[in-house]
Amino acid sequence: MAVQAEPVLVAGLIEVCRATIAANTDHLCALDRAIGDGDHGTNMRRGCEAVSAEGESLSSLPFPDAVEKIGLTLVMNVGGAAGPLYGTLLMEIGRELRKSNERADFPQVLKQAIDAVARRGRAHAGDKTLLDVLYPVHAALASRSPLGAIARRAERSANRTADMKAMRGRAAYLGDRSIGHVDPGASSCALLTTAICRYLGEHRPQ
Amino acid sequence: MNGKTANVGIVIVSHSPLVARGIADMVRQMVGDCVPLAWSGGNVHGELGTDAGGILKAIEAAWSDAGVAVFVDLGGAETNSEMAIEMLGLPRSGLVSICNAPLVEGAVIAAAEASGGASLAKVVATAEELSP
Repeated sequence: MAVQAEPVLVAGLIEVCRATIAANTDHLCALDRAIGDGDHGTNMRRGCEAVSAEGESLSSLPFPDAVEKIGLTLVMNVGGAAGPLYGTLLMEIGRELRKSNERADFPQVLKQAIDAVARRGRAHAGDKTLLDVLYPVHAALASRSPLGAIARRAERSANRTADMKAMRGRAAYLGDRSIGHVDPGASSCALLTTAICRYLGEHRPQ
Repeated sequence: MNGKTANVGIVIVSHSPLVARGIADMVRQMVGDCVPLAWSGGNVHGELGTDAGGILKAIEAAWSDAGVAVFVDLGGAETNSEMAIEMLGLPRSGLVSICNAPLVEGAVIAAAEASGGASLAKVVATAEELSP
C-alpha cells in the first residue's frame, strides 16, 4: 500500500474523524461511565476539535509531519490516558513514515506504532484496551483485506472486549466487574477505523 | 530553579487540581522552600484529568540540575507524565524519575530527603520504600 497523501485527503480524514467522535461522544461517555470515569467521549471530542482547528495548517505539511503533529495535538488536548496512547500511535506512524521516505510498507509502520502504544500503556492484547482493536486491524491490513472487511473486523474486535477482564487503565480497578462492558478506548478506536475505512473507500477506490 | 539550590525538584501530578495544589501546599509548609516544587492537576480545562503539556510545564518550573522526582495518582497521570518527560528531550529527560509511591506521603518524604541535598536516586528510593 503506497503511503502518499494529498492535502485534501488529510483534511477529509480529520473531518470524518471529528464528525464520528462528535456523533458518538455521549455513547463513548456512557461506555466509560460503566467502567471508568465517564469522560472518554468528551476527552476525544476535545482532541478532535483541536486537530480540526489546526486542519488548514496540517493539510499543508508533508504527510508524515502532519500525522506526527496530529498526534502531538491529541497528547496536548485529549488528556487522560487516551491522549498519550492515541498520540503515541500517530506520532510513531509519522516518524516511521518520515524515516522510510514514502517507500514505507504501511502495515509494518502501523505494527511498529502499535507496539509503541503497547509499551506506553504497558498493556498486551487481551487486557481490554484499544490494543484489542489495533492488533486485529493490523492483521487485517497485513493480509490485504478490503477496507470494508477491516472496518467490520474493528467493530467485532471492539465488541469482543466485553468478555474481557480489564488489566490496565481505570477499569482494572474494577477487576471482574469490568467483564460484560465494552471498553470505551476499543470502541473509539473501532469507530475511527470504520470512519477512516469508509472515507478511503469512497475517495481512494482500491 | 534559581541557582541557589542544587536540591532535587519535586513535581506533584493529580487528576484533581485541588489535590495537586493541596499536596504541594502541604509539602511547602512541612519542608520549606529549599526544594524546587511544582504541581499539575486536572486536564487542559481544569476539570478532572491530567495534561501532558501542564506536567511538562511543572517539570520545567521545578527543574534542578540534580533531577526531578515526579509523584502521580491514578493511571493516566503516569502515562501523561511519561509523555511529558519524553517531550522534555534528552539529556534532561534522563534526570526525571516517576516514583512508585503514595502521593501524599511520598511527596513529603521525598521533599524532606531532597532538602538535605540527597541525590535523585536516594530521593526516589526513600519515597519508594513507602510502597506496599
